[in-house]
Amino acid sequence: MEIILFAILLSAGLGFFAYNAWKVRYNILLGQKVDRSNRKGERFKTMILVAFGQKKMFSRPIPALLHLAIYVAFVITQIELIEIAIDGLSGHHRFFYFKLGGFYTFMISFIEILSVLAFVATLAFLTRRNLLKLPRFTMKELIGWPTKDANIILIAEVVLICCIFSMNGADEVLYSRGGSHVEFAKGHYDFAISSWMGPLLFENLSIDALHVIERFGWWGHILMVFAFLNYLPYSKHFHVLLAFPNTFYSNLEQKGKFTNMESVTNEVKLMLDPNADPYAAPANPDETPKRFGAKDVTDLTWKNLLDAYTCTECGRCSSSCPANITGKLLSPRKIMMDTRDRLVEVGENYRKHGKGYEDGKSLIGDYITEEELWACTSCNACVEECPVNIDPLSIIVDLRRYLVMEESKVPSELAGMLTNIENNGAPWQFAQTERLNWANED
Amino acid sequence: MIVPTMAEKMAKGESPDILFWVGCAGSFDDRAKKITKAIVKILNKCQVDFAVLGSEESCSGDPAKRAGNEFTFQMQAMMNIEVMNAYEVKKIVTACPHCFNTLKNEYPELGGNYEVIHHTQLIQDLINTGKLVIEGGETFKGKKITFHDPCYLGRANDVYEAPRSLIEKLDAELVEMKRCKTKGLCCGAGGAQMFKEAEKGNKEVNIERTEDALGTQAEIIATGCPFCNTMMTDGVKNFEKEGEVKVMDVAELIAHAADL
Repeated sequence: MEIILFAILLSAGLGFFAYNAWKVRYNILLGQKVDRSNRKGERFKTMILVAFGQKKMFSRPIPALLHLAIYVAFVITQIELIEIAIDGLSGHHRFFYFKLGGFYTFMISFIEILSVLAFVATLAFLTRRNLLKLPRFTMKELIGWPTKDANIILIAEVVLICCIFSMNGADEVLYSRGGSHVEFAKGHYDFAISSWMGPLLFENLSIDALHVIERFGWWGHILMVFAFLNYLPYSKHFHVLLAFPNTFYSNLEQKGKFTNMESVTNEVKLMLDPNADPYAAPANPDETPKRFGAKDVTDLTWKNLLDAYTCTECGRCSSSCPANITGKLLSPRKIMMDTRDRLVEVGENYRKHGKGYEDGKSLIGDYITEEELWACTSCNACVEECPVNIDPLSIIVDLRRYLVMEESKVPSELAGMLTNIENNGAPWQFAQTERLNWANED
Repeated sequence: MIVPTMAEKMAKGESPDILFWVGCAGSFDDRAKKITKAIVKILNKCQVDFAVLGSEESCSGDPAKRAGNEFTFQMQAMMNIEVMNAYEVKKIVTACPHCFNTLKNEYPELGGNYEVIHHTQLIQDLINTGKLVIEGGETFKGKKITFHDPCYLGRANDVYEAPRSLIEKLDAELVEMKRCKTKGLCCGAGGAQMFKEAEKGNKEVNIERTEDALGTQAEIIATGCPFCNTMMTDGVKNFEKEGEVKVMDVAELIAHAADL
């Protein structure tokens, strides 16, 4: 009976996750092409260092250590999950206990110690968010759902860890009394924490009560994992998976290099080439003329969209953004959150009403205002700061390009600057012929 | 001060080792012109075979590109590339991190392939190869100097060491700001902000940054960018500290120390 229930839950959990993951993939692939298939070795190295090794987290050591505890506990606990899946499907109890012997004790002990560290870290994170109210966790873009989302995840982690210890603790007491529902009779697991915590908490309970607690812990653990897995695609917490592909597909160019717009290059070449035939048929007549820059999420690249799903809203970008620090409207984190929210909306529309459906809304205007975009100094602090190599700047630049080249919406001083460059080759009104005057001045 | 142009060099049938890309600020801004001259003095002193484009130089297109106008940028870039390729330019030194970044990273895809260095890198090389000896001029011994990283030199292109090594050559005490190198705070001028009013906020970026600099108790705020120079100078004036704290380009410090 339990086995059937488990099998149903397992397939439902994985199936629903696969469906949601497919939707996310569909949404990301609505983005424009950008080639990130080169330099595989370097990409792999970046992924290992930045995602697996958490290299960039350590620019702020204390949160980095706390995060590391949760991260390592999360990764190592996956081994235990394999056992839970085997036990659940086969009716065994602690399948690896006999197979691995001393190594099993070591492994579960390791998981237990990490879980305690993760527990402490999670409480620290909850405190930091809700009691200390760190500035980067109280910015306006976090009001409402994002704050709730963050707390749900942290509380889920606390519950998950409690489940692990009630499972192991109750099982320890059961085993010592010979009441464990396993093939073996009496003994001790000797796990680092539950070997003393179990008796401390559960010593006085009856065998029946212990069984209930043990099963509660076991089912609670696996149910939390399924719930968590399926919560991910709706949550900022998706970074636990997407950090890996996102860092793999990082921009490996110098940060100062903005993308070259080839569509513009062709037009400029025509303008500069006296022999060009302006009426010549385009090289690729079937190609739909693309918009200059980005008005909506579908004008951004798939990497921009992957960035948006990877963002875990930690706010390091915004806390290092010169515009944000000085009270301007721009927050790079909000740029990422808006991009994701809009993408989810567009994706839903496309699946409901057909691909290409227009709902009359766009990323610029309905989500991101011009004032935010014009506050950016393109200093790359946000890009440098992001622990998972998200690039908010490239979105900001593409949105600016749309404003300027498609809508001619540009702050008036900048319009003057651009006219000066076009007329006299300098952002100010000085004649090009006077460029060398400094050499003769004293 | 000898400032040969590419056209003059070509007329003589010569091809200089390096093109000095002065930039708009270096050509027209009174404060930045002093930096340009300091660089020329260093080049002259070391007998570097260089030339400028003079009236054939035009805006690199950086502010247009950052402002989102790719058309204006590419028009500028292609015209400049045409001129430089005609002179068979191989190597360029710039006095401005924005020109440096654009020429180095954004010109290659438009047909302009050059080795581009920032003036602090060139000066570092001149010192390391013994061509430039720092002696006889103003002494900076023991003085506190802080270096403000220009975003387009530092984060954008990972050049952190060259300007700092020059300050150390001065025997000065290099004091770092709380936010420096990869974590350096922008002066507020990048991304074409130099040419517009800041958006609404509760503080100017250059004031925030100047506070960082003044917090080090440095007597000199060194930079490597004409725009950072303007922003930091304004910031220092805002705190009425212009009597005690000077904002100087690293090239100027070197030129003064070498009595040029």
